[in-house]
Amino acid sequence: MGFKAKRLLQLAVAPVLLLMSVIAFAADGGLSSINMSPGVTEVGRQIYDLHMIILGICVVIGVLVFGVMFYSIIYHRKSRGVTPATFHESTKVEIAWTIVPFIILIAMAVPATTTLLDIYDNDEAQLNVIVKGYQWKWKYEYINEEGDNVAFFSNLRTPQAEIYNTEAKGENYLLEVDEPLVLPANTKIRFLVTANDVIHSWWVPQLAVKRDAIPGFINEISTRTADEGVYRGQCAELCGKEHGFMPIVVNVVSKEEYAEWFANKQAEAKEVNDLMAQTFGMDDLMTRGKSVYERSCLACHGANGEGGVGTAIAGSTVATGDVSGHLDIGINGVPGTAMQAFGGQLNDVDMAAVITYQRNAFGNNMGDLIQPIDVYNHKKGQ
Amino acid sequence: MGDHHHGPAKGLGRWLFTTNHKDIGTMYLWFSFAMFILGGFFAMVIRAELFQPGMQLIDPAFFNQMTTLHGLIMVFGAIMPSFVGLANWLIPMMIGAPDMALPRMNNWSFWILPPTFLLLASTLFMEGGAPAFGWTFYAPLSTTYAPPSVTFFIFSVHVLGLSSIMGSINIIATVMNMRAPGMTYMKMPLFVWTWLITAFLLVAVMPVLAGAVTMMLMDIHFGTSFFSAAGGGDPVLFQHVFWFFGHPEVYIIILPAFGVVSQIIPAFSRKPLFGYDSMVYATASIAFLSFIVWAHHMYTVGMPVAGELFFMYATMLIAVPTGVKVFNWISTMWRGAMTFETPMLFSIGFLVLFTLGGFTGLMLSIAPADFQYHDSYFVVAHFHYVMVAGAVFSMTAAIYFWLPKWCGRMYNETMGKTHFWISFIGFNLTFFPQHFVGLAGMPRRIPDYALQFADFNMMSSIGAFIYGASQILFLYNVIATIVAGEPTSEEKVWDGAEGLEWTLPTPAPYHTFETPPPVK
Repeated sequence: MGFKAKRLLQLAVAPVLLLMSVIAFAADGGLSSINMSPGVTEVGRQIYDLHMIILGICVVIGVLVFGVMFYSIIYHRKSRGVTPATFHESTKVEIAWTIVPFIILIAMAVPATTTLLDIYDNDEAQLNVIVKGYQWKWKYEYINEEGDNVAFFSNLRTPQAEIYNTEAKGENYLLEVDEPLVLPANTKIRFLVTANDVIHSWWVPQLAVKRDAIPGFINEISTRTADEGVYRGQCAELCGKEHGFMPIVVNVVSKEEYAEWFANKQAEAKEVNDLMAQTFGMDDLMTRGKSVYERSCLACHGANGEGGVGTAIAGSTVATGDVSGHLDIGINGVPGTAMQAFGGQLNDVDMAAVITYQRNAFGNNMGDLIQPIDVYNHKKGQ
Repeated sequence: MGDHHHGPAKGLGRWLFTTNHKDIGTMYLWFSFAMFILGGFFAMVIRAELFQPGMQLIDPAFFNQMTTLHGLIMVFGAIMPSFVGLANWLIPMMIGAPDMALPRMNNWSFWILPPTFLLLASTLFMEGGAPAFGWTFYAPLSTTYAPPSVTFFIFSVHVLGLSSIMGSINIIATVMNMRAPGMTYMKMPLFVWTWLITAFLLVAVMPVLAGAVTMMLMDIHFGTSFFSAAGGGDPVLFQHVFWFFGHPEVYIIILPAFGVVSQIIPAFSRKPLFGYDSMVYATASIAFLSFIVWAHHMYTVGMPVAGELFFMYATMLIAVPTGVKVFNWISTMWRGAMTFETPMLFSIGFLVLFTLGGFTGLMLSIAPADFQYHDSYFVVAHFHYVMVAGAVFSMTAAIYFWLPKWCGRMYNETMGKTHFWISFIGFNLTFFPQHFVGLAGMPRRIPDYALQFADFNMMSSIGAFIYGASQILFLYNVIATIVAGEPTSEEKVWDGAEGLEWTLPTPAPYHTFETPPPVK
């Protein structure tokens, strides 16, 4: 056995070294397209190290096990004229290969437990952000102790033309949004993750954050942002038709830049408030309505109001019927169907515009003008 | 009972009314192969769409229908019935019984399957399309937000659950009551053991699945709110119930595969199986553990940390009995006198690739690391290594191994070996790169992807087409064998094979053991 053991060792060591060097190369971050990213957070680094340790252990075990197996395949074949042995049990060996893996598992469990406890440390967040999944976009709301909260939706920005191959695809194809989540650097952030309709999952690999967004429940997960940078992710839980088209972009900026951005957002919100008191003409409403429609309605109701997941809007009884009934569906949705309540998603200006658009586009030509105040009154009257 | 010794009846009636375990086994095997081709075709559609970034062939809604039906049909239509078919053929032959214990129920448990899958496949043509919520059908995507065809899907799941339960009861009754005198439990071939344990798993968890879909049905049609927070329910409850079924389910699929390789490796190593007793105990341990690890599919739903730790430790433990099995198989090969006919090649392919799938399984069990792996292509790669290279490879090995016994004709060895190598290369080309894209951040179940994933996805698609095409060779080889293979009448088709089935004449007679065989 001594000779064989030595030979086995030689057979085993070479591939181990080879594989370990490949892994070490990957660990450098040089080959991020084939390995997990260590990311930019402390927890991300820990998870990455854990991943590499376990991968390393698996590789070593694999090389040993397959080494023995292939040695056997090469040397213990009938064509070499060997006579088969007849041994078929050994309690000692069985006990050994039960206990040794068990010990290895304990060695793995220790760092795994430590890392897990670190991830679950949700104390002392400096900033709380509500992340809410919608079919098929994300809403971010900053909980602000002084002044108003800031909230906005983040939609896929990649044009349909790129997706349907009529235009060349950009660098961040499918990983770009109209409005990214902006976070200050070097800050402990607590995300409160929930959903509006079905289950989504908020995943940004480089921040090492993945939490399911579950309608009716709030999950919390924290991270400490480190460097400034742009980090991209995607929804990870199948959430329907456009599941592949609701990316996440996180913009980590310096604290000063963040403060400035936040003040701007508050001012913007105030501006919308002011707009709500105004009266618009048909052209304004139709232009605004078209862009709201494309962002919020098109996925289900089709580019020409022809329907799809949702019912057709062109010539529909709702869009050509009573205005208040149309408003009602827009604001409250249709319970039990995929038609969501948009009252909380669109501000009154956008709601007025899109209802106007639906009633006058696609050949509906109702000639109605709906103003923000009508939406406001309708909501009030409920 | 005068016609007891006659052969099979003639015409269609033979198949419709048969109570013969071999006829029923044959029907199960052909049916599952048909489903394998259908599910495989859906996989080809998926891979064709993913060949390049951008939407080319189908729209995202149809893509989701394809992934859903691919999963459902492969799990419930291809893999599970194929092993039931194998059990039907082999268990009576292996334990020295004349037939299965409950032959009429056997007929019924098969014949309710084809209409069920016809119904499931017909949802593709229904308004709103087929189910598009993934084979795991998480609520509320599968309830409030589901297409109307979901009701047909629920009915299908109920019926196929019924079929599985009947099949399992039959296997349990047969193994417990119909063993030849002297065939004690600890003398049963390992394939029989793994199926006995699998049957108990099925009886235990199929009702749980039925419960889950019944609650969905109530939520959809009768105004309950089991899975809707708005009415006081909980969407996560669905996942707990589903995975309480779903985790034992993956062992239901893999345990009979373990049984198959445990028969084949000793035969071609010309050496008895190493550690028979420990194989039995390891199988039982895996079955027990399968009931207490379900939430490792749900590490990201926001469980309390104590729950995460419990499920992580319990899941890691599964590596121990699984490791024992792998070590035993390798020890069986050690100092044997091996030859490498097609069944042995597929068994070694199983051993290597299943072990790789086991390693990624161990990695996935580590909760903190799973936060990065979960719902990425890494998971897709993992479960295809255990499901395809595990279950399907061992099933293919089984067909090559026992087909000559069944039909008294030898398959074409060169074609068999070619099938193996094309499958092996195609499979790895498909699924190995998926580890990379998964780790690099590609989520599963997306119809289109970012540009950095393009190269590996193209590689994956090419591999899938190769693997898919290799199945045509398999089908041809099997049909050619049955119709015109070289006749053989040797009882032991393989010189190293052991067990009662090899004491029967070749081809195996229509009625198996009319008098109990002596058991050494």
